[in-house]
Amino acid sequence: MSSKNTFMLDGVAIEFSEGDTIMDAALRSGSYIPHLCHNPEFRPHGSCRVCVVNINGRQVSSCTQPASAGLEVDNSSEDLVQERRNLLQMLFVEGNHVCPGCEKSGACQLQAVAYYTGMLSPQYTHFFPQRSVDASHPDTAIDFNRCILCELCVRASRDVDHKDVFSISGRGIGSHLVVNSPSGKLGDSAFAATDKAAHVCPVGAILPKHRGYEQPIGSRLYDRSPISIVGDVAAHESDDQGDTHGR
Amino acid sequence: MTSNLETADNPEQLERIVIEPLTRVEGHGKVTLLQDENLHIRQARLHIVEFRGFEKFIQGRPYWELPVLVQRLCGICPVSHHLAAAKATDMLVGATQLTPTAEKIRRLMHYGQTLQSHALHFFHLCSPDLLFGFDDEVRHRNIVGVIEDNPEIAKQGVLLRKYGQEVIRLTAGKRIHGTGAIPGGVNKSLDREEINYLKKDIEQIVQWGQGAVELIKRIFFEQLDYHMSFARFDSNMLGMIGAKGEFDIYHGGLRARNADGDMIFDHVDYTRYSDYIREGVKNWSYMKFPFIESLGAENGWYRVGPLARVNNCDYFSTPLAEQQRRIFREAGHGRPVQASLAFHWARLIELLYCTEAIRELLLDPDISGKDLLNRGALQHCGIGVLEAPRGTLFHHYEIDADGIVNKANLIVSTTNNNQAMNESIRQVANSYLDGNRLSEPLLNQIEVAIRAYDPCLSCATHAMGKMPLEITLLNENAEIIDRLEKRVTGEIQRCSS
Ligand code: SF4
Ligand code: NI
Repeated sequence: MSSKNTFMLDGVAIEFSEGDTIMDAALRSGSYIPHLCHNPEFRPHGSCRVCVVNINGRQVSSCTQPASAGLEVDNSSEDLVQERRNLLQMLFVEGNHVCPGCEKSGACQLQAVAYYTGMLSPQYTHFFPQRSVDASHPDTAIDFNRCILCELCVRASRDVDHKDVFSISGRGIGSHLVVNSPSGKLGDSAFAATDKAAHVCPVGAILPKHRGYEQPIGSRLYDRSPISIVGDVAAHESDDQGDTHGR
Repeated sequence: MTSNLETADNPEQLERIVIEPLTRVEGHGKVTLLQDENLHIRQARLHIVEFRGFEKFIQGRPYWELPVLVQRLCGICPVSHHLAAAKATDMLVGATQLTPTAEKIRRLMHYGQTLQSHALHFFHLCSPDLLFGFDDEVRHRNIVGVIEDNPEIAKQGVLLRKYGQEVIRLTAGKRIHGTGAIPGGVNKSLDREEINYLKKDIEQIVQWGQGAVELIKRIFFEQLDYHMSFARFDSNMLGMIGAKGEFDIYHGGLRARNADGDMIFDHVDYTRYSDYIREGVKNWSYMKFPFIESLGAENGWYRVGPLARVNNCDYFSTPLAEQQRRIFREAGHGRPVQASLAFHWARLIELLYCTEAIRELLLDPDISGKDLLNRGALQHCGIGVLEAPRGTLFHHYEIDADGIVNKANLIVSTTNNNQAMNESIRQVANSYLDGNRLSEPLLNQIEVAIRAYDPCLSCATHAMGKMPLEITLLNENAEIIDRLEKRVTGEIQRCSS
């Protein structure tokens, strides 16, 4: 029975259940496939493409690809890793991701995946888009410079909070995150710091205000172990919810 | 007090000499000299291309990022900006008093960086001039020459600096771009292991600090008249002072003395700095020229940094530095010491103080305390001032109700010394260059005068890197008639056309 419901991931047999994607099965078995827009709590989206794997010479997104028995899945060949580095490079230059000045540094999934795949510095020309910070909400700020359009906040606000605070507007390179409120400001929306949407952002785009660098270097999420062991940012969101604000 | 070489009467008829870029200072700047047909120097100016874009860059950013963000202002002295911004954000978050642990950790970080900065400046950048003389062969007059001739001195310089960097690493989390100081306090204190690690070498470090002061005194007294008169001029002195008049580079009020040592103002609350200090502009320089308002632009300019601080304070709280301060002040015969080269002497007394102050703090149980933060209600305006290694540093921010920066003003140490550095090169031009055909040793004297201030042109210009020296002699039609190039290797090439 078990041999029937397994596929091979880099030569290791992975069991799966009916309806699993390759990502679902891999995560459950403790095998790491790099990813950004995927969060097991939400329906797969397949937009960041970082979770790309090779099946019979075909590149597919593992978060949307159904698992099937007998598949040979390549998750680590040099070509594949290079492809992931290229995708990450694009994400870095499309926004304004300045790790040395970013408070999420060391606890950021984009940075951690970049380290994991060996993408050390961007080679493409930076777009330097003109984007702003929305700090109108009393508890939470959005820095649009760091948004990678993973739509996790969109999904969380729509599917869990039932508030539809966020949407993506525009197409292609013009796509951007918008806040659904009369003024377009977060402070004017139904958003609350306790919303699911406040705790799913994999990067430093949606952040609690006033906290900044309270977490010292050395004790941040990915300071001691790589993301393949630590897992996603969102999975640790409850770890650091201590009330340091306004002490 | 301004000397008359700032602007020549008929510059178009004079030969123009450009020293660009300066070597062995941090950042980018150039000196232009105009010489007439009788080889008289008629005009001397130091140009630093100040980069003001940073104040724009941080507009629109959340205040809680400031202490880390502003470190990118300068690759040479990031810790000064980190701490000055942290002090400004303390005020923004309504922290009128830090916890003892927070204040002491920040002080430790500040003493560590001052130690490493002063060690770098003296041993790497200046000891070649002072040990070998300004006219020593260029090939030899550098740190490699020091390592060859005085390996022990070179070693101590390297290890003093390294110790300072370790203090920074442990208090800030990283050697550069640390995050230790945060609005209202710090994010970590030191654990037992870290304290023991620093304690291990501190006695040796204090001893080397003493050795450094003895070395500069020996050099200084060997040719006392020369060292006391080189680029010497009278100026006001500005700096921060502790509540009892003691030397304090982290916190206190502002004190300014005139050239005779009389008080211009004292214990001024630094959040009111703009009532006392104005930033003047000149049509030939992008860099501002700050001055004491009550004295006016002509007479109100001042010096900051080690010379000003050691002259200004009433005493050092640590015994070894205090002993050295007394010897230093005797050299002034009742007035503040005005010699530009005395900057080096004062700088090494400060280095000694930092080693002693670090030793004291390492014995203080507060540095491993757990009470790190103190915050109150959010304020609209935050001003942070401290004494950076190079002098008084002002950070001033205003934020909106959401916490976003909408106004920033920074006066960096090097800008505070702008007029004084210009004055120094004019003194040198008058005393040593006037009437002579220019040569490398003569031009090096110009640089020696500027280096005494340890200008961080990187801070002021936001440009980095050490570059070869280029001196260009132009005639009135701006044609190059002589060119002297000094490569990074120290090699000199004359390319006459
Ligand atoms: S704000 Fe964060 S969660 Fe929302 S789309 Fe951007 S990156 Fe994803
Ligand atoms: Ni600097």
